[in-house]
Order: sequence, then structure tokens, then C-alpha cells
Amino acid sequence: MDAIGVLDLQGGVLEHIGHLERLGIKVRTVKEATDFENLAGLIIPGGESTCISKLMRIFGLEQALQAAFRSGMKIWGTCAGAILLATEVTGEEAFLKLIDMEVMRNGFGSQLDSFTYEATIPSVASVPLPLTFIRAPKILRVGVGVKVLLEGEGYVAAAETENILVTVFHPELTGCLAFHRYFAEKCGLMASRREIPVDPAWDRTSWTRLARLS
Amino acid sequence: MEKKRYELNVQLAQMLKGGVIMDVTNVEQAKIAEEAGAVAVMALERVPADIRKDGGVARMSDPAMIAEIKKSVSIPVMAKARIGHFVEAQILEALKIDYIDESEVLTPADEECHIDKTKFSIPFVCGARNLGEALRRIAEGAAMIRTKGEAGTGNVVEAVRHMRTMNKEIRQLIGMPVEEITAFAKTNGVPYELALEVKKLGRLPVVNFAAGGIATPADAALMMQLGCDGIFVGSGIFKSSDPASRARAIVKATAYFNDPAKILEASLGLGEAMPGLEISSIPEDKLLAGRGW
Repeated sequence: MDAIGVLDLQGGVLEHIGHLERLGIKVRTVKEATDFENLAGLIIPGGESTCISKLMRIFGLEQALQAAFRSGMKIWGTCAGAILLATEVTGEEAFLKLIDMEVMRNGFGSQLDSFTYEATIPSVASVPLPLTFIRAPKILRVGVGVKVLLEGEGYVAAAETENILVTVFHPELTGCLAFHRYFAEKCGLMASRREIPVDPAWDRTSWTRLARLS
Repeated sequence: MEKKRYELNVQLAQMLKGGVIMDVTNVEQAKIAEEAGAVAVMALERVPADIRKDGGVARMSDPAMIAEIKKSVSIPVMAKARIGHFVEAQILEALKIDYIDESEVLTPADEECHIDKTKFSIPFVCGARNLGEALRRIAEGAAMIRTKGEAGTGNVVEAVRHMRTMNKEIRQLIGMPVEEITAFAKTNGVPYELALEVKKLGRLPVVNFAAGGIATPADAALMMQLGCDGIFVGSGIFKSSDPASRARAIVKATAYFNDPAKILEASLGLGEAMPGLEISSIPEDKLLAGRGW
């Protein structure tokens, strides 16, 4: 129970792996039902939620995830991952239904409406963090017992329960390590570089290190 | 385009990694694609196989049709503009789709210049046959690259050639002493800094998908194993006998491209693939990959 898994079906998998490695956290990719065994936590990355949910269903990963969650595995969903975790998705059927909230897919418009800004999220870090929203969903409502971590105008951007973290933005697409450290602590793991909220060595091409030609 | 906007556009392509982008010609097909797990759709009037058959001038699709498709799905919508036709690109940007493909599948509007993509906020994907072509497009502002392959043929041979060529040239660059980069940049007509960046990163600095001739789950997995980041399927799905099953199967094979048992499973009971074309049977002036440079 000393590793965090990244669901490796489609989307921003390498970016999350890179950030966990920067923090010295043991990381595994999760592609088969058996890969869920002995994980302290799981990240469901950004990507396309329909694609990820279809593949999870077809290959029996849905039951394996639910079983691992019941035995204590924490889950963090970014962007598409947040959609998959919600109990309610505007205009369509919800998927994993693990956190009481309503989320609207693609809540801001087209790619031309994607944006970045900085905000301070006191529970996560004491300094302003860079936030990247790409065709992001909007959390329209959260249920009783769900703690709001960051609110925008008319929507919630980050929230959590004891076992689940959701962000509609992408910390893995910035140098921000604070959310990964925060999630690791939620999983009972210690990050080696506690003091660094934003890695100055990160840049837009950092993910390519994990996708070099072999 | 400001630097931040370009970064966001490259990052949208990163979120498509490991996924399949499907050509669709109407709302019904767009819904089938989304339901099958496509990560984006390419809205166009005719799939490349039909463009090839019909001949004539192929232009940007009717914006009303693209708008209909955009309304019907929640995944990203791409559409094609002719090479060099910056006004078609302006229209597509005004339509607020998610990505423009400056595509050799349409009849080029300019035989000398590609679109200056830095003037736009919307992201562009461009085709390339080799590293030099890929870097010229990136220098012009493309946020994503795809192989050209030979669209509308159902024959993967050209996509394989283009991917292998790119990989070979990247490996040469990796092994090259820095002082030889200047000559490489000059020969290939690419900025020195971009060539140096590829040498340092050991790959393209943006996402690189495979396109042009992919017709089966095995084709998709082949391109992924050759090092592509994801797959475009044009005529391959809706020119086959059972588009919904084939679309699902190609999504599965792309996600599990390293797992032969799962590719096998995905390949069973799909019915007829689209009819294929031998590249040597196509007259030289009908080959699409040679458009643009």
C-alpha cells in the first residue's frame, strides 16, 4: 500500500506520473483489474470521459475500482476523472457515483474558452497556484459532507470528501506539485519534496521525457 | 498567438493521447463515434475515400453541417481547412470549433504557403511525411502533428513510411553533434532552435498522431507500437460494413496496443473492412500526401 496508481487507458497519464516521480512517490500504471491491488491511491486523469468509461466497463475495471475503493483506496479525478466520479452528470447517466455532486461536461465552451489563472487554496498550499482549465467541466452542486476547496463564478472547481479529491483543472499540466503532494498525504504517503509547491524546473515539454523514442 | 494560448492548445492535444479521432459526415455518425469512445470527431462533408472517388475541388465543409455536429456531441470537434486557405481557417475559428486540420485531403489553396497559424487563437493540427515537414509546421504554429499517410486508401503503408521516417530522422538528430544541427536545419528548412529541441527531448515537442490509411484494430495498434501518441481514422470506420463495432474495436486496440490478446479480441467478428487501394495503382497526380511541403 505504498504506491499511487494512474489509470492508464487514455489521456494525461504521463503528466501525472511525472509529477508523482518529482515528489519521490512510488507510482504504477493501472490497466488491468489486477493492477488495483494494494494501491494507496488512484488518479483518474484528464482525457475524454466517454472513452475512459467505455474501456473501464468493457474490460471489467469498473468493479475492480469499486472493490479497491471499498477497501480504502483513495481516488483523485482531474477533469474527465472528476466527471467519472460524480453522482450526477448533467444530461446523461453518471458513471462511478462516488462523490455527491452534479457536474456538467465541457462547462465553459470550446477550446477557445480554455484558460489559466492563479488562486490560493489554503487547504492545499499557502501560495497562489497556477490552474489550467482545458474544455473543463463545471461542478454545479455539491452534496452535504463534500468540502469545497475552490470556487469560481457560479461553479466549484475543486472539492473533496475523506476518500475522494476532484479538480476540474489540471495541476499536472503546470509546474504545480502541491495537489499531488496533498493527494499523497490523503493516501497516507509522504512526499519527499514537501516544501516545493511549484517546481521551477517544469516546462511545457517536461512530459516528453516519459515519451522519448526508444 | 500568445505563448499561454499556444501552451493550452498543445495541452488539449496531450489530453487526446492514446485516443482515436474519427471522421464523421453527419450527426448520426458523430453520435456513433462518441458512443464508441472517440476522443474527438473530424466533421467533414465526404470521407477521404469519397473525395478520392469524386475528384474535383474539395473545400472546407458547409459550416452549418459542422455546427450541427458540434451541437450533437460533447467531445472536441475538429474540421479541415485547405492548405494555405487562411480564410477558411478564419471561418472555422469564428465557428468556435476546437481544432483545425490544415489538410492535404482537401485541394490546396496555396502551393507555396501554409497558413500562418500563429495569427490564430484556435489550435491547428498538420500532416507531415518526415521530421523536416513536421518542424516546419510547428514553426508556423501547429500545436499537433499527424502523419499524412495516404488518406482514403485503407492502406496503412504510407502512414508506416512517414512514422518510420520521422523516427529515423529523430534518432539521427539525437546522435548528431551540436555543430551539425546548423546544417540539418539549413537542409530541412527548419529553425535551428526547434531542431535542437528535438535533439534534447528525443521526440517531437508536441503530440504526434498517425493518420492516413488506418482501417483495422491491428493497423491502429501497429502505429501505436511504432511510437505514435494516438490515431486518426478517416474512411476506415464509416466505409466498413459495421461502423459501430469497428469504431469500438479500434478504440480498444489503441488503448491496449501492447496487448496482443486484447487486440485479437478486438479484431474478432467485425465484418468487412473498407476496400483497400494499392498505392502503386493510384496515378501520381491523385496522391494526396504530396500536397503541401
